[in-house]
Amino acid sequence: MKRQRVLALSGKTLKTIVRQPASLFMAILFPLVLTFVFGASFGGMGGGPEATFKVGIVNLDQGGAGARWPRAFMGNLSSAKVLDLSTYPDNSTGQEDLSKGDIQGLIVIPPNFGEACDSFWKDPDTPGSWVNATVELYLDSGSMLASQAIPPIIQDLLISVVYGRQRSVPRPVRLGLPSLVEARRLTTYDYFVPGLFAFATIFLIMIVAQSFTLDRQRGLLRRIRTTPATPSDVIGAEALSYMVVAAMQVGVVFAVAFAMGFRPAAGFPSIAMAFIIVLVFALCAVGFGLMSASLAKDPGAATGIAFVFILPLMFLGTFVGFAMSAAMRAVQWLVPSWYVTDALTHLFLRGVKPTSLSVLTDLVIVCAWSAGALGIGAVLFGKYGKD
Amino acid sequence: MGGKHGKSPFPLVEPAISVHKLVKKFEDVTAVDGVDIDIAPGELFGLLGPNGAGKTTMLNILAGLLEPTSGSATVGGFDVRRNVANVRELIGVCPQDTAVYDYLTGRENVELFGDLHCIDKAKLRANAKVLLEKVGLSDDADRRVGTYSGGMRRRVNLAMALVHDPDILFLDEPTVAMDPQSRHAVWDFIRELRDRGKTLILTTHHMEEAEVLCDRVGVIDHGRLIALGSPDELKAKFGARDLEEVFIKITGRSIREGA
Repeated sequence: MKRQRVLALSGKTLKTIVRQPASLFMAILFPLVLTFVFGASFGGMGGGPEATFKVGIVNLDQGGAGARWPRAFMGNLSSAKVLDLSTYPDNSTGQEDLSKGDIQGLIVIPPNFGEACDSFWKDPDTPGSWVNATVELYLDSGSMLASQAIPPIIQDLLISVVYGRQRSVPRPVRLGLPSLVEARRLTTYDYFVPGLFAFATIFLIMIVAQSFTLDRQRGLLRRIRTTPATPSDVIGAEALSYMVVAAMQVGVVFAVAFAMGFRPAAGFPSIAMAFIIVLVFALCAVGFGLMSASLAKDPGAATGIAFVFILPLMFLGTFVGFAMSAAMRAVQWLVPSWYVTDALTHLFLRGVKPTSLSVLTDLVIVCAWSAGALGIGAVLFGKYGKD
Repeated sequence: MGGKHGKSPFPLVEPAISVHKLVKKFEDVTAVDGVDIDIAPGELFGLLGPNGAGKTTMLNILAGLLEPTSGSATVGGFDVRRNVANVRELIGVCPQDTAVYDYLTGRENVELFGDLHCIDKAKLRANAKVLLEKVGLSDDADRRVGTYSGGMRRRVNLAMALVHDPDILFLDEPTVAMDPQSRHAVWDFIRELRDRGKTLILTTHHMEEAEVLCDRVGVIDHGRLIALGSPDELKAKFGARDLEEVFIKITGRSIREGA
């Protein structure tokens, strides 16, 4: 690979994207508009609601000496702004509303809840003397937001009721404050933003596929092959150009999201890691684009084939996946975009360090996907797509 | 000038391009059928023939774009199969169909192809400037090619092949669809290239173009080389007034009727 050739070809691709209205729209304006519209619709700037969850509660511990405990727990639940609480007389009524989607979660306080709490406080250091009780939590499987956010909130409230926040007595297991309690300040838009980064990059597949097919149709690839430029130069240049485009997309999405009220729980290292993950994912998009261009005869067909890659990546691996069925969410791990969204969610929403195992694991998987997709794309294009 | 058996007019000099028993088949179609030609350094050689005769296929083999089915071809002493990278360092190719980037300017298109040959940036800028002047595009050099007329696009197409100052040039129908004025300007430019010692293969189905420009011509029909020599030699040999008549006398049909 020669630097002069790679830079010249990258410059050509970038100029073409910037000067060609359709490419410019898909690469830059589309993510910008999408992020803005989502921000206006669901974010704090647009006056959108903070993320609140409709939760039902069934209290089966109505009487006895320990009745103050369920009342205290329900009081705590009511005071949590993130929860919109409604009470049900029995489990079946609550389950019915949950299955209809009227509520996103249902908490069932067992009949021996108060008794269990009393037994703990009577002899906190002798677990064998405690009465065990289980608070059941049912969640709407169709709501990824609810299923992710509600359990840690309930857990936190439960802990504060049973143990008390200021309790200084040593406990065998210390329970830290779940970080997701921060969800009280998150808007629906905040949950969407990590997926928006992957969403924007996914559409590079279509741009790459169209660009290669058009260049082939116009004899430009064949013409380049009469020069000393090698396939590595050409594909290396494409990879470089689309990484630059992806960096621009990340910058645009981040800037617009920030302007619309998105405040990630992330410092510079986390933002830098997010850039790296999206840039690596851009290589994956180039690989899928090359595969599409290899199979397509013309730019129109390339667009169609590109969507064979775009749709699963989009539906399974971005914010769109929040609304997917449980069955589809069970296969999300099969697409690389999911790991991008997952890593960015860790970094931006959960404040996870960029060197944490979860983020690094996501990065490694995205790297593997990108290397594989780019390699296969290059081989296929070399064999079937260059002429 | 020219030999009767396809030999170079400069027999003591190693040929710039040498083709021996070259065959190219596409499934059951034989596009090039046992062609033998030696072209000397500095020679302007014309490949004549109707559309579909195999001229472009031959150029594509010489440029390393197609693998020959059998036979051999060398360019600048390098085998087109084994040393294609060396061949591509030496050649400039002007394709028949204009292959230009519409969203780049004329100058950017020309400089891009110089960059692909890794020529020095200062030299590249100077070469591009001179070339754009020669093809009459100085005033429009910084306009996007998508806004050019068909003739202007063809002229950029030619300049892109020449920007790295190649020793060997393959010009595939370089003046097709050009107006007479542009065509004559390009002819002058091609003569100038020959005078500077470049080796050129020019494919054309314009008999006049071949007669005016070429030192020797090879007439191809159905992939076979059916005549080889200077335009004057061929006219004398077949008792013809021009190369069109030469073709008719050999094949019994006009060159415009196609292969």
